[in-house]
Amino acid sequence: MTEYETHDYDVIVIGAGGAGLRAAIEAKDRGLRTALICKSLLGKAHTVMAEGGVAAAMGNVYAEDSWQVHFRDTMRGGKMLNNWRMAQLHAMESPDRVQELEAWGALFDRTTDGRILQRDFGGHRYARLAHVGDRTGLELIRTLQQRAVAMDIDVFMECKILRLLSDADGVVSGAVGYWRATGEMVVFSARSTVIATGGAGKSWKYTSNSWECTGDGHAMSLWAGADLIDMECVQFHPTGMVWPLSVRGILVTEGVRGDGGVLRNSEGKRFMFEYVADMFRAETAESEEEADRWYEDHSAGRRPPELLPRDEVARAINTEVKSGRGTPHGGVFLDIASRRSAEVIRRRLPSMYHQFMELAGVDITHEPMEVGPTCHYIMGGVRVDAETAAATVPGLFVAGEAAGGMHGSNRLGGNSLSDLLVFGRRAGIGASDFATGRSGQVVPNQAEIDRTVDEALAPFTRDEGENPYQVHHDLQDTMQTLVGIIRTQSELDEALEKLDELTSRASRVAVGGGRSYNPGWNLATDLPAMLTVSRCVTLGARDRRESRGGHTREDFPNADPEFGKVNLVQRQPSGGGMDEEIKIGPEPIPEMPDELKALFEETH
Amino acid sequence: MSVGGATITPVQLGGARGGPSARTLRKDRWWVQPTITVVLLTAFVVYSTWAVFVNKDYYVGAVAHRDLISPFFSPCVTGSCVAGAHGTFFVIYWWHITPALLILLGPLSFRVTCYYYRRAYYRGFWQSPPACAVADAHTGYTGETRFPLILQNLHRYFLYVALMFNTILTIDAVTAFRLPGDGGIGVSLGSLVLSANAILLWAYTLSCHAARHLCGGHVNTFSRHPIRYRIWKTLTPLNARHMQLAWASLIFVALTDLYVRLVAAGVFTDPKIF
Amino acid sequence: MADDVTMRVWRGDADGGDFAEFTLPAQEGEVVLDVIHRIQATEAGDLACRWNCKAGKCGSCSAEINGRPRLMCMTRMDQLPEGPVTVAPMRTFPIIRDLVTDVSFNFEVAKSVPAFAPPPRPEEGYRMAQIDIERGQEFRKCIECFMCQDVCHVIRDHEDNKPQYAGPRFFIRYAELEMHPLDTNDRRELLRQQGGLGMCNITKCCTEVCPEHIKITDNAIIPMKERVVDATYDPVAWLGRKILRRKKATPQQAVTHGA
Repeated sequence: MTEYETHDYDVIVIGAGGAGLRAAIEAKDRGLRTALICKSLLGKAHTVMAEGGVAAAMGNVYAEDSWQVHFRDTMRGGKMLNNWRMAQLHAMESPDRVQELEAWGALFDRTTDGRILQRDFGGHRYARLAHVGDRTGLELIRTLQQRAVAMDIDVFMECKILRLLSDADGVVSGAVGYWRATGEMVVFSARSTVIATGGAGKSWKYTSNSWECTGDGHAMSLWAGADLIDMECVQFHPTGMVWPLSVRGILVTEGVRGDGGVLRNSEGKRFMFEYVADMFRAETAESEEEADRWYEDHSAGRRPPELLPRDEVARAINTEVKSGRGTPHGGVFLDIASRRSAEVIRRRLPSMYHQFMELAGVDITHEPMEVGPTCHYIMGGVRVDAETAAATVPGLFVAGEAAGGMHGSNRLGGNSLSDLLVFGRRAGIGASDFATGRSGQVVPNQAEIDRTVDEALAPFTRDEGENPYQVHHDLQDTMQTLVGIIRTQSELDEALEKLDELTSRASRVAVGGGRSYNPGWNLATDLPAMLTVSRCVTLGARDRRESRGGHTREDFPNADPEFGKVNLVQRQPSGGGMDEEIKIGPEPIPEMPDELKALFEETH
Repeated sequence: MSVGGATITPVQLGGARGGPSARTLRKDRWWVQPTITVVLLTAFVVYSTWAVFVNKDYYVGAVAHRDLISPFFSPCVTGSCVAGAHGTFFVIYWWHITPALLILLGPLSFRVTCYYYRRAYYRGFWQSPPACAVADAHTGYTGETRFPLILQNLHRYFLYVALMFNTILTIDAVTAFRLPGDGGIGVSLGSLVLSANAILLWAYTLSCHAARHLCGGHVNTFSRHPIRYRIWKTLTPLNARHMQLAWASLIFVALTDLYVRLVAAGVFTDPKIF
Repeated sequence: MADDVTMRVWRGDADGGDFAEFTLPAQEGEVVLDVIHRIQATEAGDLACRWNCKAGKCGSCSAEINGRPRLMCMTRMDQLPEGPVTVAPMRTFPIIRDLVTDVSFNFEVAKSVPAFAPPPRPEEGYRMAQIDIERGQEFRKCIECFMCQDVCHVIRDHEDNKPQYAGPRFFIRYAELEMHPLDTNDRRELLRQQGGLGMCNITKCCTEVCPEHIKITDNAIIPMKERVVDATYDPVAWLGRKILRRKKATPQQAVTHGA
């Protein structure tokens, strides 16, 4: 049997992005023995990538803003699939959460009278994003990190958690993982466990997510018997860079198209004219000449088809690529170089120009960009109680991107940072209360520990086997082409078959080298979670036979009111881990009380 | 709740250094910068030492219809100064060796303790370190925590001294526009040289880090001290060019001395422009 | 562009190591990290390197490329001179394996810096003017890549200084807190005695390597040196304190402030 070290805490928090840090701060503040565990170094989590800001109805710029308006914006953005109570708590509490960051040292940009400045963002009725230039995520994570350090919270860095552990009564009681530096196993026993592991975008080929976003929390919760909801709701950006490698995943703003950029296929054809749906025909230009007149004078022509709604553009790109008219790297060309002078491009798109120039030597004033749909955020996640962030298995609490419900089928910009703060704190409170109320010795299941350790070390025991990098690569290809931004029945069925095959290949991976800081092995241990989450997304996408928010079905292009009333819930009823079949089915979404419903009627 | 722990605990960590044990892995010509620094500073020291001890040809007086004094010898306050060069109300009679030695101590102390020059000579002469990511030439290192280097902290007082000298050299520059016995006020090349020298010295001195601190940098709430904020905001871009100004003013002060020296020695006459 | 690129990558651990050479086909628009990833996926699956965002925002992939501390994700291959590219781990920190070092020194120092200590928050939130927070905002751009700590010869070449030296990254942290318009603590003596500010001889390598272009030396270290002069070395300021019966905080007081 393998040796491992053990630690005992009241509360363990897995993941040290914004939500995990906020949860740990809350638990520590309540006097509980708290540990924060993260896969990378502290302060490197994907939260640093958030640029826009934190949405909070503080009313510093527009006094008429209120939580009710923020709530309504959030629900509408999520196409009413949101958990109304989460959206309500989020809108009500985010101003306090932002203010409290200032007491911990955050320096947000200011209004002229010295209050926190707020900026406009898509989908928000009023300017409400508190921000620091374009590095709000960094400010948020650094502030929370410094607060956690000041509170002397125990931090376990570069520690990968493999599985949650339960006790004999099925109560989540800790977790097992390994130190990346040494490869040595470590077991945490805990009265309550918080999952704040963030997103799952690393299962797609074109993604803005970092390597960490492998959906560990989603998968571990499912394996522990928790419910996942709405896993099909994944946010894609229609134009992210696909090539060169150094800029792959960087999102290209819609502004490029607004300023005259056009989409072309590998034949050089401006293809968007062929994808104008009937409902948009009246307002969309019919010829290139007419479209080009529009840029100069909006009354001289109708809008260019490149400016159709996000999912229309995405569908067109998707079809071009699948018909073999894409670029060598599976995208299309976004061309502004041949249409605007270098000087205009540099003036209108300065940061875009500099970023691509610096990172890849791509001069967007001279050559077209290669873009394609890029995975960005997963709205689906672990089903939680809005008040306490408790999952459907006792002892487990989930916050941030790993939790579902808050954003419905689509997330508004700026709502993710505020989500982290509001529900990070609530998860900290929920976990603290549960830990305080839990009596008796916490005894994690020894068999689970042994099995997890054996599975994790198995790749070392095989002399010959699959290369984990290759399996990952193929998984990303599968998800990108078959479960990407536009889905259809036949492709989803095909994806499920391929996932079976990939799962079986993943069980045969072999790795070389030792256990100390071995990225090949680390990737091998990330694969089970990635495969499970990929399967959940695919199952959800197959069963949600409608298009709503971030989920778009080619074969069911419209929203179906009946689907609008249900979450698609996935679970492994006996918590059987990777081997057990995932059950999926619709369950009604919680019904909004009348006073909140009234908010949506007022404006009509 | 303990904030950072109530005791001060030194950071103690073990572990072996990794990577190659080469002095540096840099492939570029990292030694160029420190070499230039050493050459220029040495050249200045050699020239100024010679100029100081040769102790003549530092003043062009009424005989040549000019009033030009070398910055190395101004204010010429010893009894040994040539007629017309020394100060009017303050004369030191007990000092018998070259007056420049006494005078240069002022500006020299400012330059030696200047944050930019410290960087230049720590890198160039002391090789600590010669360039970034190139190993220190010394095994022990205590920085500026002990005597004598702890005296670098008195830089702000030498700033005051330097400001005094700047004032005097400015007066020198202004009076250089008086052309005695040659039609009163006029512009000669020499007067322009002295003016340019004074301007460069002011720019170098005001761009000093200590000046930036004393004028406003020490304030935490600029919004409540608008005047100090304005001054700080003005000095900040100047401060960013402190290195360039340090070199420009250093080289130019030597050239000014050379110019006065050549005119005084009669190599050529200072041309009058109008 | 040449058809092949040759990488000399340090492979080893605390027991020693050597450069391993990898030659692979060049691709357009690559950064060093892309090439390292290609080596991992093909020839050396266990080649250890740290990375996260791959966009210059998290500061994980610090290494010494051709002898200079750089972020691997921000260093384009076509901007490096012809010939093999040397990639070595950061020198100042103990090695874990290959390009990964144990940077816990920095996390330990972070614990020793007393946190922001504001007055109680008013009902409607704090008020601060933009001009009062701009200096702090520059320092808060720091992505903690620790390359300034790595390049600083005070600890790079003199291991024995580590226990009493905070390093450039934490000098900007001290500066941010000391310049904060609302902060009530006085960390100057702590910074002088425990942080080792006097050890810095302002040779500015930290500023040279900073990927965020923070003016570490001019805007943080030197202003803090001047503030320490106010607190300790300036004889006139000392006299002023005596006459006005003011006191500067001792290191002990700075640490326990507000606790």
